[in-house]
Amino acid sequence: MINFEYARASDVADAVRQIAGDPGAKFIAGGTNLIDLMKEDVERPSRLIDISRLPLNKVEETADGGVRIGALVPNSDLAYHPLIEQRYPMLGSAILAGASQQLRNMASTGGNLLQRTRCYYFYDTATPCNKREPGSGCSAINGLNRMHAILGTSEACIATHPSDMCVALAALDAKVQVIGPAGERTISFADFHRLPWDTPQRDTNLEPNELITAVELPAQGFRTNYTYLKIRDRLSYAFALVSVAAALELEGARIKEARVALGGVAHKPWRDALAEGALRGQEANPANFRRAAHMLLRDAKGFAHNTFKIDLARRAIVRALTQAARGTPQSQSNKKIR
Amino acid sequence: MQKYIGTPTSRIDGRAKVTGEAKYAAEFNAPGLVHGSVVTSSIAKGRIVRIDASDALRVAGVIDVLSHENRLPMASTDSAYKDETAPKGSPFRPLYEDRIMFSGQPIALVVAEEPEIARFAASLVRVEYDEEAHVTDVFRRRDEAVSLEPSTKPPESIFGPPKPRGSAEKAFASAEVRHAGEYYVPIEHHNPMELYASTVVWEGDGKLTIYDKTQGVQNVQRYVCGVFDMKPDDVRVMSAYMGGGFGSGLRPQYEVVLAVLAAQALERSVRVVLTRQQMYVLGYRPAMIQRIELGARPGGTLEAITHEAITVTSQYEDFYRQESGWSGLLYTCANAKYVHKLVRLDLPTSCDMRCPSAATGVYALECAMDELAVALKLDPLELRLRCYSDRDQNTNRPYSSKSLRACYHQGAEAFGWDKRSPEPRSMRDGNELVGWGMATGIWEALQVPIAVRIVLSANGHAEVSCATSDIGTGTYTIMAQVAADMLGLPMENITIKLGDSTLPQSPVEGGSWIAASVSNGIATTADAIRGELLRLAKQMPNSPLADAGPDEVALADGKLVSTPDASRAVSIVDAMRHGAVDRIEQEKSTTFADDGSKGHNTHSAVFTEVKVDEQLGVIRVTRVVNAVAAGRILNIKTARSQIMGSVVWGIGMALHEETLLDHTFGRVMNANIAEYQVPVNADVHDIKVIFVDEPDATINRLGIKGLGEIGIVGVAAAVANAIYHATGKRVRDLPITLDKLQR
Repeated sequence: MINFEYARASDVADAVRQIAGDPGAKFIAGGTNLIDLMKEDVERPSRLIDISRLPLNKVEETADGGVRIGALVPNSDLAYHPLIEQRYPMLGSAILAGASQQLRNMASTGGNLLQRTRCYYFYDTATPCNKREPGSGCSAINGLNRMHAILGTSEACIATHPSDMCVALAALDAKVQVIGPAGERTISFADFHRLPWDTPQRDTNLEPNELITAVELPAQGFRTNYTYLKIRDRLSYAFALVSVAAALELEGARIKEARVALGGVAHKPWRDALAEGALRGQEANPANFRRAAHMLLRDAKGFAHNTFKIDLARRAIVRALTQAARGTPQSQSNKKIR
Repeated sequence: MQKYIGTPTSRIDGRAKVTGEAKYAAEFNAPGLVHGSVVTSSIAKGRIVRIDASDALRVAGVIDVLSHENRLPMASTDSAYKDETAPKGSPFRPLYEDRIMFSGQPIALVVAEEPEIARFAASLVRVEYDEEAHVTDVFRRRDEAVSLEPSTKPPESIFGPPKPRGSAEKAFASAEVRHAGEYYVPIEHHNPMELYASTVVWEGDGKLTIYDKTQGVQNVQRYVCGVFDMKPDDVRVMSAYMGGGFGSGLRPQYEVVLAVLAAQALERSVRVVLTRQQMYVLGYRPAMIQRIELGARPGGTLEAITHEAITVTSQYEDFYRQESGWSGLLYTCANAKYVHKLVRLDLPTSCDMRCPSAATGVYALECAMDELAVALKLDPLELRLRCYSDRDQNTNRPYSSKSLRACYHQGAEAFGWDKRSPEPRSMRDGNELVGWGMATGIWEALQVPIAVRIVLSANGHAEVSCATSDIGTGTYTIMAQVAADMLGLPMENITIKLGDSTLPQSPVEGGSWIAASVSNGIATTADAIRGELLRLAKQMPNSPLADAGPDEVALADGKLVSTPDASRAVSIVDAMRHGAVDRIEQEKSTTFADDGSKGHNTHSAVFTEVKVDEQLGVIRVTRVVNAVAAGRILNIKTARSQIMGSVVWGIGMALHEETLLDHTFGRVMNANIAEYQVPVNADVHDIKVIFVDEPDATINRLGIKGLGEIGIVGVAAAVANAIYHATGKRVRDLPITLDKLQR
């Protein structure tokens, strides 16, 4: 861990001003991932700009019937917020599937979006990693890759994005509001995280001197037919091997609208417009779910230790859609899979 | 008098621990204390060409950077580095030379005024290596595994495989029912909560007081004296509390060497605390490939057992334990054969970890027995009962006690085993397949020479001391219980001192041997106290005990009482006052002479229920019953905690634990307790612990066998067997992750 300076931002404008003035600086909110990375010498910020006291901690309704979540709302507060519990229960469920109570208490909404991969090699500075040190090579491709991606990988990187919350946000078509020296802009969730391509050092399309101020949810919350199903190596406090956020809007037995987002399989929450489109207008039945699952995984490519994820993901998608259609979402406290 | 022994008693050190009053190795302070941060090698094999510490030394607050290039002299013979538990070979010498023998090897220590400065500066130390090819994969080297050389010298003679009997090959070849299987256990690490740490207090005049995390203070004291050529009186090692050891603290670890090197170089007090990552090079449960062959008659009696084990060690020491021997010991079988081979890899030396040899050897045996039961179309429990032996089969001698049959019966009844449907995949609960599995457990009942001092004061208080450690198991508490009963005093009048090298002799705390050893040591010393009290009591005018012989009195309720006539008694306080003594001090050694005529073991029967999601393979261990026979149980409460902890560990062994090595880099890649997974609360459901009554009149005067480790034995096998019963899928390599069920 290096020596670093610490400064507190007095307001949002000050935060942006401070980060623009110091290319080596980083924002810190909950610090649940950044501090770990600093201890491992993976992140070496010259300065930490503490944004944790900025007034970005409200969950409020928007004019168009949606909800705006301040970037500093802690994960725990968000999961149990009445607006989320009542209107976006899939988001609350996804949050509670992640990390531990202690971490969720500290972690912020914006920070959750920016958490970095748990690839072993990214964390170990003694090994090559293109994400940590561009051009040094990917150790995971021919190494320990059981936890790694099967979709959207590149020759430079096969890391996954570790968040659970983001999988639900992707499924909900959330938007990310950011502010930078050039002013405010909105990034759709699908465009927020990147695939690795040949620039795996960039996880997101957020510019280095931009600050996330809020995440906005559209009105449609899929409060009746949803689930968040997470498959992992132990029953709590582990990153997903595969996770599925599934949401349906049903008209009788027919699917009017379908959302399926996958976690643990790619460098970003994975959605597939074709597969979702193929569900629309169809009957909510196992055959259609299986067809959608196959479409979602059609380009999947496994590596030495993770090919099992392809079949596991298919089965998890079918199960998640079944849970959603039945209106029996996965409990995050009772670990028996419904 | 036994008022306290056997009762469920809360830990007497519990309050100190939860309030923070109990101090651990990294929590002691000294004036002018400085802090060391360890630099470790990034390669697995080769030589250090150059260490460039110039940037580190420029950081304000950095005092020195120590390495093999500038350290003070250290011993140059292997014998100086051999601690009391060292295996055969040439022990690792921290910061001794330029040779790199494993990735993560300590190669420099940055010493600074603050720990943060030391850690920052450590990241600035640049090291150039001359790298050599390494091998860390047991499967790549299994064909070059070397057979153990027969030895008559302990410890090798103890840990080598037992003598074969009959002809296992022939009997197996002609057996009507056969099973052969290969079982794999990966490298696992202990992961105690407390990080290894040493605070070395520079006392001046070259004297050191060392607060070290260790399971053996006197072992560390002798080691430090050997490595640094110091006089015993100049080194005092303390470890009053320990946040978990599980075997990782049996050998002195490198942090103590580095801290002493720095203290001597700077003539200042130094603290070195390892990081969680650095904990993954301190020794580990060796990866092992085990092959078991079982031949049986259709009726379910064993004809042949062959147990081959290939285990992993370093290139410089041959660590091994007797994995294979359990197979031939446990069940009646005329023909048994054992093979043990070692694979030497470019890793640190493997070491003891929670029930070494039995946790792994019995895992393989008990999975194989389950497979044999399937082949025989016999209930797995019934097969065990048909192979039951009242004698230690390896040495053909009776046991001092063996209540395994009662474990089977009581465990099966509590579990409801008779309701098991024998066919795999035949029990279900909604989406989940239900499986019931069982296994036998066996472990040693070991005793070690130990000395105990008791100082009885005229106010009826006693201080009981021994250099043993309480590694979190409850040793303080059971010592106080035993002492209170043996001295006839209330427990609150007993003070326990341990974890200090200046106290009476004790070997390292391990093998579940301390409870029996120290308890009997207390009893022996209490006898001497009682004798002294009797001498004083007899001197009193009209003493009611004037004619009492030394074996005709007992200590109870603060009095010396005649056992033939309880109305004749003298209070301890009166006897001492009258004799004008304010304290009676006795120190006695106990050696446990064993004529070898009887076998001493603890046993268990483990029953588990798993539920496996049929489509997704997610495994839940929903019930465990562990029925344990371990002689007299000193403290039902702490004993139950020990067994529950072991069961949880067994669940982890079955489903979660695996140290992941990248063989390209020869490095542990999941060196933290987020990625190295152990069970969390969600993975642990109902655990029922049963202590089966097991009187043992001959093992020692109190009938104690000791426990803790026995709790893990059989659990992984019982879970694996339950998974087979649920799914029809036999996974023979641990951990059983859901992807292995898909294959």
